[in-house]
Formats: sequence, structure tokens, C-alpha cells
Amino acid sequence: MSERKQTIIFKNKPYILSAYSIAGKKESEGPMSDWFDYCISDDTYGESTWEKSESKMLKTAMGEVVMRAGLNHDEVGAMLSGDLLNQLMSSSFMARDMHIPFLGMYGACSTMTESLMLGSVLVDGKYSDNVIVGASSHYCTAERQFRMPLEHGNQRPPSAQWTATAAGAMLVSQCSQPYTEMKTIDGDVVNCRNVRVESGTIGKIIDAGIKDANQMGSAMAPAAIDTILNHLDDTGRAISYYDVVLTGDLGFTGRDIVRDLLADAGVNKADIENVYDDCGTMIYDPQQDVHNGGSGCGCSASLFSGYVYKKMRKGEIRHALIISTGALLSTISPFQGESIPGIAHAISLESE
Amino acid sequence: MADTKEKQQKKEVAKAYEKYARKFTPKPKYFMNSLKAFITGGMICAAALLLENIISGYGADDKTAGTYSVIVLVMLAQLLTGLGWFDTIGKFAGAGVIVPITGFANSMVAPAIEYKKEGIVLGVGAKLFSLAGPVLVSGITVSMIIGIIYWIMGIAGGQHV
Amino acid sequence: MDYVYSFITGGLICVIGQILMDATKLTAPRVLVILVVAGALLQAFNLYEPIVEFASTGARVPLPGFGYNLAKGAMEGASGGFLEAVTGGVKAASGGITVAIAWGYIIALTFSPKSVR
Repeated sequence: MSERKQTIIFKNKPYILSAYSIAGKKESEGPMSDWFDYCISDDTYGESTWEKSESKMLKTAMGEVVMRAGLNHDEVGAMLSGDLLNQLMSSSFMARDMHIPFLGMYGACSTMTESLMLGSVLVDGKYSDNVIVGASSHYCTAERQFRMPLEHGNQRPPSAQWTATAAGAMLVSQCSQPYTEMKTIDGDVVNCRNVRVESGTIGKIIDAGIKDANQMGSAMAPAAIDTILNHLDDTGRAISYYDVVLTGDLGFTGRDIVRDLLADAGVNKADIENVYDDCGTMIYDPQQDVHNGGSGCGCSASLFSGYVYKKMRKGEIRHALIISTGALLSTISPFQGESIPGIAHAISLESE
Repeated sequence: MADTKEKQQKKEVAKAYEKYARKFTPKPKYFMNSLKAFITGGMICAAALLLENIISGYGADDKTAGTYSVIVLVMLAQLLTGLGWFDTIGKFAGAGVIVPITGFANSMVAPAIEYKKEGIVLGVGAKLFSLAGPVLVSGITVSMIIGIIYWIMGIAGGQHV
Repeated sequence: MDYVYSFITGGLICVIGQILMDATKLTAPRVLVILVVAGALLQAFNLYEPIVEFASTGARVPLPGFGYNLAKGAMEGASGGFLEAVTGGVKAASGGITVAIAWGYIIALTFSPKSVR
């Protein structure tokens, strides 16, 4: 029996034809605002409930990626998406209007790379020509489900993170790009590169025993480390092979833990400083009073399909390792005294 | 036996990791938070006293004046919650507004208002008690037990039949 | 001077709550439950009454005062028979509770939830 490897190497390297990111008001005021495709000025997004707003954000993102790839809805073989809500409310309700075969994904905040991984498997195995993947989160829906009501006058501890109001989607395809020019945010027109999914590492659940739901970063960091190290081990690469290594939503605390533990595992310290960062620390300005950074599916989904994807199209990033991290706690598990299981899935992207 | 050993080991790993993670975790500003709580909490209590004195000025007895001032505080806190200002105040003052009766009032309206779309019976009506319920339940239960104990002690002491 | 005593005592009780929340990871509802029960139990041993006499609203407005009120009502009711002993607590606190429920319901029906700034 051969030794188990956690990494899937995609033989046909599926193309990511298009990506779309959409972000809420607070996120649009942050340092990443230029990279989002669309910023909503009002967190309700014109809907009567927060759940509908989140669903609409995801629907916009999903619809846009199909349109931007120049496809019709009936050319899309499958749609894989998820969110944080009970029974995947946002995703399923979005899907009922799309008429595309749908698979709901739940990986808490790791949903984006989870669905990208399985979407790529479908495309790479030639089961589908085109697959759309996506994830979303909304501050107002997640907060009332997992923590305290918004109007409650409690103080958030400094270790708490802010659930991002954002969604991101990508279209994975067997065919390469039909057009080659794109406008950058500076207004220049450049030849855009193809972004391909090269490999992916499925993460194991790692539970380090953290019980405090306000310390997501330190709860998920061990899972992120495990996935990164396994990926490097399986592929035989050094971390400097990548131009960027981005974790999903560990926040400042989790990022520092990952840096420290990676250095402990023998990874070159200077390389870690150069390539590694966390989406949760990038999406907000520290002055926006978000304490420990952003979290939620939408945090990594919007940055991967906005910031990372666009930079790869321009060729500013050639090799990227994106790792969405998830804390798989339920709404009742903290009350039962359970610790928080963490998970992280890594996807290696290359632009050519 | 092996199971308990494994459990023990898990616990030790968790403890070690928590200690390690604490190095990276930002700490609450204990002193500043306490100072803010002290000042706002104190001000609310002093304001309640002022209110009581004003109400007593109109000829109400102490007990009535006390109840009225509590009612005013509760109504004010809930109105501020409805207007969406209480969470901003609470973010600054912390326990300074949560520990006084204002916090109890806020914890009733806050979840109720959020579950408005779920209807006025199982949404607002039920959620009114999702945070405040435990406070009422524990307080009332303890008070009943105390009452009964005092009643038994009274019989034992022969004060009444 | 009454105002100063009330300010200091009320402030100190809030500081206890703040430290409970910051240092022990107890969530706000748990802290409130602890404070209410603590107030009621202290009064059961006649330990809270002196604080109320000293600080007036400073001891009655924070949540231990709510527990104190409930316990005191029950203790006073106990001399009037079993039923009074059982109902005395809620009777004493009924003003605040009734208004909190009814006015809270009206407020919740009137206003809509807002997003965060």
C-alpha cells in the first residue's frame, strides 16, 4: 500500500475563466476596496432580511462569473457553494433561482477552497465542462446565529474577529480564456494570463482544544499549519516556490501563531515574512475597530476571487497557495463544553 | 483504560497549546475598561438617585419613587436600544451599562428586535427572553426558595402558625 | 454626599462585573445571572441591606439590587404565610419586570434592526 498523500495533483490543470467578488460597506471602506468587483453601499442590499441580502450577494457573484466567461447558465455543469448559516440558507435560496445543478458545501469559513477543490475535481476528471464555485458570509446573519444580537450592548474582546460581509465566486473550466486583454484598476490594458488550478491539499480536522469562540484564530491556526506543511511535503516544494501564501481568516493572532509555528517546523523565516499573510488581516484597516481582523467565508472568498485572482491575471503573482481556514463549531457545541475543530484546505494556483 | 489515558493526553496538549496561544492573543485593557465601567455605572446610579429625589419631591414615598426610577431607566435603555444607540454606548462603557438594570432591559429588546422578521409570536415574543430569561428564572427561583426557607424558619421559631 | 456614595458603590459593582467578563470569559448573560443570584443570597443573610442603606440607588440599580429586591420581598412575605412567601419576591420586583416586558415588546415591534457602523 502506498503512503497516503493529502494532495491532489490536477493533470489537466483546470482554468479559472472568471472570478467575481462583492463586498459590504465596511469592507469597501477598507484597504482592499479597489480589488472588489462590486461594493454595496448599504448592507441590506435592498432586501428586507439579512439572509436575503447575503443570498443576493452570492447570486450576483455567481451570475456575474457565468456572464463574464461568456457562457449561458445551461452550459454550467454544476454549482458548488456554501455559507455559514444553518442548513446553508443563503446558498440554497440563491440556487433556487439559478437553474444550475447544485451541491451545497459546508466547511465553515473554509468553504471557498473546499468548493474550488471539488469543482476542480469535477472539471479535471471531465465530468463537467464548466463549474462555478463560491461562498458568502454576512456580518448580521452570522453574528446573531453564532454570538450576540447586534443591538446588545456587550463589548467584543480584543481577540474576537469581525465576520466579513462579502461573497466571492469563480468559474472553473476545461477551456482556456476566449479573450486575452483586460483593463487593470489603474486603467492600463494588459495581456492577461490564464489562471489554472495546479493542485490542492485536503486538510485534516485538527482540534487543539481551544474552547473560546472568541479565539477563532488560535483555534484554526494548527489546522492551517498542518495543511501547509503537508502540501509542501507532498509536492516537495519550499515555501519560497510561491509568490504568496494566503490563509483565509486567522486574524492577527492566528497569523502570528502560523508564522511562529512554521519557523519552528524549519521553514526559512525570511521566506515566511516575504510570502505569507492572512486575508483576515488584510481586508480591514486596523483603525476600523475590528479587533483581531476579519473572518467568515466571504473574507477569503472575496480576496481570493478579487485580489489574488486579478493579480494573477496581470501576472504580478505567478504561483499562489490559498488556504481557506474553517472553525467547525456549531451553535450549540460551545455550550456543551466542546472545543473547536479547525480545518484548512489549500489550493495551488498558477498563472501562465 | 487506554481511553482515559488518551483523554488525559489530549487535555495536556490543549493546555499547553492554550498557554502558547495566549502569548499571541491580545489582552483586554483591564484598567481602562474597569475605569469606564466605574464612571458610567456610577453615573447611572447617581442619576437614578436624582430621579428618585425628584419623584419624592412630588410626594411619593421612598418605595414608589424607587420603583418609578427603575421604570424610567428601563424604558430609556430600551428606547436607546430600539434607536440603535445602546450597542455604541455599551461598546464604550461595557459593564457600566450592562450591570445596572439598563443592561437587563437592553438584553430583552436586543434579541427581540433582531428576530422581528420571524414573526411577533415566535420571533419577538419568544426572543424577548432569550438572554433575559436566565436572569429572571434564576432570580425568581432563588427568591422563592429563600421565601420558603424563611417561612419554615418562622414556623420553627413559633412566630406564626 | 448621598450621590457620592451611590456613585462609588454603583461604580464598584460594575467594575466587579467588568472584571468577571474580561478575565474569566464569562458571557454577559452569565455575569448577569451570577450578580442577581449573588444579590439575592447576600440579602438572604441580611448582608445586602446595609449596602443599600449606605449607597441607596448605588446598590439598588445594579443587578444585585434586582436580586436583593426579589429576596427581600420573599423574606417579608414569609411572615404572611406560605403563599406570600412564594409570591413576595416577584410582587416586590413586579413594577420593573412588567414594564421591561411590555415596553420592550412595544419597542421591538416599533423599531427595525440596524446594520453596524
